[in-house]
Amino acid sequence: MTLLHVEGLTKRFGGLVANREISFSVAPGELVGVIGPNGAGKSTLFDLITGFQRPDAGAVRLDGADITRERPDEISRRGVARTFQKLRPFAGMTVLENVMVGAFQKTADVRAARETAQRALDAVGLGDRAGAHARGLSTGQRKRLELARALATRPRLLLLDEVTGGVDQATIPGLVRLVRELHAGGLALVVIEHNMRVIMEISQRIVALQLGQVIADASPADIVRDRRVIDAYLGESWRT
Amino acid sequence: MGLVYALIAAGLSLIFGLMEIVNFAHGEFLMLAMFASFWAWALWRLDPLVSLPLSAAVLALLGWATYHGLVRFILDAPMLAQIFATFGLAVFLRSAAQALWGADFHVVKNPLVQGRLALGGVFVGVPQLVASAGALLAFGLLYWFITRTETGLALQATAQDRQAASLMGIDTQRMFALGWALGGACVGVAGGLLASFFYVFPEVGGPFALLAYVAVALGGFGNVPATLAGGVVVGLVEVLGGLLIDPSLKLIGVFALYLLVVLWRPQGLFGRF
Amino acid sequence: MPRARMVLVLAALTLALVVPAVVTLPYPRDVLIRIFLFAALAQAWNILAGYCGQISLGHAIFFGTGAYTSGLFVARDVGSPWLAMLVGAGIAVILSQLIGAPVFRLRGHYFAIATIAVGEIVHILAVNWEFIGAARGLYIPVKRPDSFVNFQFHQSKAVYYYIVLGLLVLGLGVTRLIERSRLGYYFRAVREEQDAAASLGVRVARTKRVAFAVSAALTAACGTFYAQYVLFIDPESVFPLSLSILICLIAVLGGVGTLWGPLVGAAVLIPLGEITRIYLGGTGKALDLVIYGALIMVISVVQPAGLVGVVRRLREAR
Repeated sequence: MTLLHVEGLTKRFGGLVANREISFSVAPGELVGVIGPNGAGKSTLFDLITGFQRPDAGAVRLDGADITRERPDEISRRGVARTFQKLRPFAGMTVLENVMVGAFQKTADVRAARETAQRALDAVGLGDRAGAHARGLSTGQRKRLELARALATRPRLLLLDEVTGGVDQATIPGLVRLVRELHAGGLALVVIEHNMRVIMEISQRIVALQLGQVIADASPADIVRDRRVIDAYLGESWRT
Repeated sequence: MGLVYALIAAGLSLIFGLMEIVNFAHGEFLMLAMFASFWAWALWRLDPLVSLPLSAAVLALLGWATYHGLVRFILDAPMLAQIFATFGLAVFLRSAAQALWGADFHVVKNPLVQGRLALGGVFVGVPQLVASAGALLAFGLLYWFITRTETGLALQATAQDRQAASLMGIDTQRMFALGWALGGACVGVAGGLLASFFYVFPEVGGPFALLAYVAVALGGFGNVPATLAGGVVVGLVEVLGGLLIDPSLKLIGVFALYLLVVLWRPQGLFGRF
Repeated sequence: MPRARMVLVLAALTLALVVPAVVTLPYPRDVLIRIFLFAALAQAWNILAGYCGQISLGHAIFFGTGAYTSGLFVARDVGSPWLAMLVGAGIAVILSQLIGAPVFRLRGHYFAIATIAVGEIVHILAVNWEFIGAARGLYIPVKRPDSFVNFQFHQSKAVYYYIVLGLLVLGLGVTRLIERSRLGYYFRAVREEQDAAASLGVRVARTKRVAFAVSAALTAACGTFYAQYVLFIDPESVFPLSLSILICLIAVLGGVGTLWGPLVGAAVLIPLGEITRIYLGGTGKALDLVIYGALIMVISVVQPAGLVGVVRRLREAR
């Protein structure tokens, strides 16, 4: 029983075809990586899945239900959470308050939301920064905040858009470990990443996009041997 | 008159295209331009048309000063702050004018252009004609400047991509200030043209500004040439509204138009945003 | 609320309640009434604009709605002004939802300009609508003797003082309630990052509509009060753009998005206006606006959080 099924998704912006006939599935608890050169349409794909854009053709199904035309907040309440490539913390609120907004999806009680939020912050390693203003965080911390915020909604499927982008090398292992812990806990994940080492390490399956199309959908081991992926993205000199 | 609106709107559009800030004080700029023309006439007997370059220059200076003195600080501020900054400026200018010159109506007597012409059965005021011609001319000049001169192209580049432009060696600060100066100049010319036949008083800027907003929204924020079309449409709607419905209700037509356009095509008829 | 703050608020409230007994001169009392009225108006606006981030520059619509509803009720003997207050608030809410449905799809500057447009449309319509007296305005018939039901007090205007104080307290109370509830968090999330909020399950459109409704209702209630206090209303006094702007100025000066900001703003601006008017005669009317304008510019550049923000900064620095 697939959790997420994306079928024939197509999206055009004027003359540009951002996504063309994209299809793939995600099983419950599976971790799928999405790779591809810039402009391949990865973020657009996320937008289509989470309701921020409407596809020109195709469908998105969650647990069999058609969610193609639903609003982002409706999709979120079905258990799909996402982070954004361009970080969007609620700048005027504290770290804890940021996460509470997510927690409020499951409860209307302020105290309960606060507890859930604190737990989520602890899980991502920001527990001690709960009272800080979101504005003053470093990029790495912001990524964690976005993650905590999304997690507070207790999703079944989490879409991560570039977890390691713009983060310094020392912070990456911590973030990777976090993602693995989440996965181990039963969360299904779709992760867009440019850092091949990270993606290879965590993915059970990888979907490769180029120019809006799926050019490969296979295990990590097979992906790196796929001719088209090598030509489009990896380059000859890439070694596992 | 639509052409005059277009000219005023052009200034607005330019500024917005450059830095995504709506100048809520634009109407007051116009008012000051008209006052400048008026005082040039009252003190030195300069006809508004003659003092056009003067009012344009004064307003350009004002625009430039506004950038350096105010706008520069709020470029990255939250939108609320941006709106209120120019808003505060508007209130400040309007009240200052009232405090300095009183709330009474002033008028330029015996301007160079006056009287009416019969054009194909319709009486058209000469000042209005001249104003339209002047506005069109100014617009043309602006367009030429933006598209054919190096500075103008730099301006466009900055509007489209601030970072890329600065990477290419374009001084974005100067471009912004230039944008404001140009916007001011547009309004300066418009004010000078209007002074020939409009009453001059502190509150005069308001309605014009609103019409300008509509014109810009119609053409599309940031798209300067399109504001020409926008201005003309606004002018037409205003006149038609006055004819078809009650003259006192004609503004409603314009505002309703704004709402319709903005809801149906948020980026305006030709806009980019 | 920390204990010290609570005590301070109670003390201020007690003081406010006692004032009319001490200050019996009509003029200072009138100033206080206006301070409270504008504070309440600004507070209502604050709910929508400060907390929820939707900058409405046409709020006078609702003020006028409340005022005219009451005026008509009394002029045509339909019922008590108190009933009118409720009806006016109800109409305002409906109006807000009608306006909000299309207009909330806009963002930022477009939204602000649209609210100006709507405000002006209503203003122009009111000036031309015979049913409500058009430009001539509406006189609220004087009813004697003083009576609570009729919402008119001529022996002593002190009762008006208490009523408007009540409105202000209501506004403050509602704001406080919202601030600490889930709705308040959602308001702020929508204000900061609409899309991120949606991705977390916040019903953005509905949140905005709720904010608008609450704000409109409170504003209308103030309008009803105004009608009963001044006993004459016309489109120029209750619908103009300048009123919408004044409400914003007060809230911004005091501090948008804060609980006490509007009150602080009103407490500063209204007396300031009075002072300039008294000491500077005819031009005073404009000069106080000059100062307002300058203040707003300074505030928005230096400390968008208003005077309340300034105080907070000073306290943090210590």
